[in-house]
Amino acid sequence: MSFLQHDVPLSWYLLLSAILFSLGVVGFLVKRNLITVFMSIELMLNAVNLSFVTFAYQWHEVRGQIFVFFVMMVAAAEAAVGLAIIIAVFRARSTLAVDRIDLMKL
Amino acid sequence: MHLILFFLFAGFCLAGAINLLLQTHPINSALSLIVVMTSLAVLYLLLGAEFLAIAQIIVYSGAVMVLFTFVVMLLNAGREERTLGSRAASRIGFPAVVALFAILATILLHVQGLGAAHLGEGLSNAPGQSNLELLSQVLFHELLLPFEVTSVLILIAILGAVALAHVEGSKIPESERVAQK
Repeated sequence: MSFLQHDVPLSWYLLLSAILFSLGVVGFLVKRNLITVFMSIELMLNAVNLSFVTFAYQWHEVRGQIFVFFVMMVAAAEAAVGLAIIIAVFRARSTLAVDRIDLMKL
Repeated sequence: MHLILFFLFAGFCLAGAINLLLQTHPINSALSLIVVMTSLAVLYLLLGAEFLAIAQIIVYSGAVMVLFTFVVMLLNAGREERTLGSRAASRIGFPAVVALFAILATILLHVQGLGAAHLGEGLSNAPGQSNLELLSQVLFHELLLPFEVTSVLILIAILGAVALAHVEGSKIPESERVAQK
């Protein structure tokens, strides 16, 4: 069972992080619902967190993990404020479609 | 073992992320995002970040996603509609995203001296010192002030959220308000 003993190259973790980030960007561009667009941003934040943890593992540097901790804190605060803004927008426009929320468009 | 766990949970991650894009209903997207975040927690565990794995489950899959699903249900968000804007975005956006991914992958794969991950290796060079011990030493000694500042940030965020979501002159009739108590 030598297959079980194999280690995982850290570049695979970085590749996974790049794929997740790109999928988040796709979601941000393609999705037309305000809440789903916001979820895509969370996906991008998570992808970056994964590469932080990978680099922290590689260089035995605990500060990478602490950075992820602070990113989580800020993301939680951002989610609370962002969802409150979404509720306020929905109350004013009664829609969540990003194409209909175009008051600031020239 | 590490390889199998990595492939399993990386697969869950990718499946969840792709499902998030394909679903048209926000609640399905939210549930697949929970899958992504929980599998990421397992990947953190594989990389020796026990504290972050638990924090990921509690903060992200717990608090943040409950907030998301709660808002989806509160606003009764329906199926999203396809519009002209999304077609233009996908026509320009997809090649740009493929280019972005190519750049990211090239840069990340050219990082020199990357090793391999195996289970049970800690961050600390000192024997017998756990990752959690190391992390708490740095977090609560050197970075105590930024740690406390984030608690103030969270407090401000709570106040901001309440101020934003609060309605001027609540529309609930007096009789219902009594009934709610």
